[in-house]
Amino acid sequence: MIEIPRLPLADWIDAGLDVLTDQFATATKIVSNLMETGIEGAVETLMWLPPWASILLISLLAWRLAGARTAVLALLGLGLLWNLGLWEPTLQTLVLVLIATLIAVLIGAPLGILAALSPTAYRIVFPVLDFMQTMPAFVYLIPAIPFFGLGPVAAVFSTVIFAMPPAIRLTTLGIRQVPADLVEAADAFGSTRWQKLAKVQLPLAVPTIMAGINQTIMLALSMVVIAAMIGAQGLGGEVWRAIQRNEAGMGFEAGLAVVILAMVLDRITQGIGRRNPSRAG
Amino acid sequence: MPEEQSVKIAVRGLTKVFGDEPERALELLRQGETKQTILERTGQAVGVADASFDVYEGEILVVMGLSGSGKSSLIRCLNRLNEPTCGEILIDGQDIVGLDHRALLEVRRRKFGMVFQHFALFPHRTIRENVEYGLEIQGMAPEARAEKALVALRQVGLEGWENATPGQLSGGMQQRVGLARALAVDPDVLLMDEAFSALDPLIRRDMQQELVALQNRMQKTIVFITHDLDEALFLGNRIILMKDARIEQVGSAEDILSNPATAYVERFVAEVDKTKVLTAGAVMRRARTVAFTTDGPRTVLRKMEDEDLNVLCVVEGDFRLRGIVRDETALAAVQRGARSIQDIIEPGIEPVSPETPVRDLFGPLAAGPLPAPVIDEAGRLKGIVVRASLLQGLAEAGLANGNGSVEPETPEAPASEPSATEEHAA
Ligand SMILES: Nc1ncnc2c1ncn2[C@@H]1O[C@H](COP(=O)(O)OP(=O)(O)O)[C@@H](O)[C@H]1O
Ligand SMILES: [Mg+2]
Repeated sequence: MIEIPRLPLADWIDAGLDVLTDQFATATKIVSNLMETGIEGAVETLMWLPPWASILLISLLAWRLAGARTAVLALLGLGLLWNLGLWEPTLQTLVLVLIATLIAVLIGAPLGILAALSPTAYRIVFPVLDFMQTMPAFVYLIPAIPFFGLGPVAAVFSTVIFAMPPAIRLTTLGIRQVPADLVEAADAFGSTRWQKLAKVQLPLAVPTIMAGINQTIMLALSMVVIAAMIGAQGLGGEVWRAIQRNEAGMGFEAGLAVVILAMVLDRITQGIGRRNPSRAG
Repeated sequence: MPEEQSVKIAVRGLTKVFGDEPERALELLRQGETKQTILERTGQAVGVADASFDVYEGEILVVMGLSGSGKSSLIRCLNRLNEPTCGEILIDGQDIVGLDHRALLEVRRRKFGMVFQHFALFPHRTIRENVEYGLEIQGMAPEARAEKALVALRQVGLEGWENATPGQLSGGMQQRVGLARALAVDPDVLLMDEAFSALDPLIRRDMQQELVALQNRMQKTIVFITHDLDEALFLGNRIILMKDARIEQVGSAEDILSNPATAYVERFVAEVDKTKVLTAGAVMRRARTVAFTTDGPRTVLRKMEDEDLNVLCVVEGDFRLRGIVRDETALAAVQRGARSIQDIIEPGIEPVSPETPVRDLFGPLAAGPLPAPVIDEAGRLKGIVVRASLLQGLAEAGLANGNGSVEPETPEAPASEPSATEEHAA
């Protein structure tokens, strides 16, 4: 009998991560500290407003961007969260989601553009995306800790990785599905590559890119909740506490809060996408 | 006539092969293999094979051929939307095949305006912004380009639509915008790839007439692609006929109809005439100059001189047709001292409706130099059908091919009868 030795894949990855954390320890420490301050500052600033004022502002924004129905949903839904005493964790979650989304889009959109314009980039990026999206979400939590320690920054880090794929995918898709004759028209008039991108391809891809951002936000929300396990506060933290104390009712309230927040964010971003039916010029 | 004019674009030995091993296809092309054989043996698609021709300054050159014959491949090589596989394209004497990217952009910006089959308007931009596009990417200041866009929109009759979006316009109007967008950059050459093929027939006819009028006004060089023989005959100063990536024949409409160079051209011509009943409305030309019943004979003579015609249609103030007037009788009337042309109006050829098949006009038109007036139900003059060489060519093709066989050497083919046939305005 031939015995095939087990591949020490886990050891290799651990070793690799060790090297990375050693190499970048200072850098990650700085980023971590900066970001933690930023996140806390944002939450504090938002908490400084009385909750009713924040809720009114968000509802107003929802009304402008997505119509009266969404405004009513935001008003009633967020009002309920306040009433349940969940306003602070809701804000904490919201801040984490928005920061993670911002980073994911800032990295994802350029990558998506690159993959749309360069076949080589496409061949590299898309298999990686497939890999990232099939990997169970929890796994991303583990390497975040050695880099950033327990806490909100590690949560944002793993959330960015988990939520970025749709931002990349739909940016690429949006640009690729711009009708060929429009791109050709832009070329025929002597557009540079950059002009073609800025004046024709990106504006026409906006609705698709917005759909991607919407998905990114939804994924970020679900990941931020899971990231409570590595010390992210917010609604996930409430759920986590409820599990540990076996308080089903409290867990349900926090879960409901996540659903409401998801609905409000979803409607508002969809509203932005609709408001922008490829009329960006 | 184009022969006297300078060469704007000279194309020499232009070949375009689609595929990753163009060398093999080129080798086989040199051995004279056909496009089909090359596709089967190498998997390379030959778009254009060894095309050489000139485009003269100020002419409308029509490239005609069946779908898949390589027309688009050819026109797209001219501004290098397709990278030519080999050959030369000299524009004003400068070979653009070797140009680097920057220089190529400059050529595209300064020399060409392109109009597309499906309009290719930018849906996220207003009509004005669409028309401004070419100027915008050249870096022109907003006010200056808005002004130029307005001028271009005026030229195509779309003033007042600046702030609409393309989706709000009909197909015909959208293509006017497409044309305005191309004209706005004031290009030397307009490239039009099946520009009117997506329009319905009546609008298409209008656009053709307007293009001819526009070209008379602005003296643009136009390369126009079509798969439609009628359109080619109507627009083309010269016609290039393509088949299977090769140029079959280059010549005037008359050349192509009366001396088809190959059996393929013959069949193409015969095919079109067989399958399509041409109507007077489809071949008529706009009567650009007419005499009014209130005109005096001197006025009429001057109008004839200006347009180099010897017969004019006479209409009432509301364009209802009264008859025709000839130059000899007008001259005689002047010498008599007559103040009005009322006495010298002749009936001329019986007017026809736009739906009348052109076959019915062969007889009357053959009888003399008079135009056949085309009128609407209200009796208003819509246009004239003249005994141009084009029509005679069509007649020959049509008659010769009564039972499917083509007989190119029709007995008394009056191919180049002098200019009694030239009283049309075009
Ligand atoms: N991008 C392309 N890739 C491969 N083959 C092409 C491409 N464009 C055109 N061809 C081939 O070139 C030939 C001529 O096509 P085209 O120039 O579009 O013809 P036309 O405009 O006369 O209908 C066709 O056989 C077509 O399959
Ligand atoms: Mg074509």
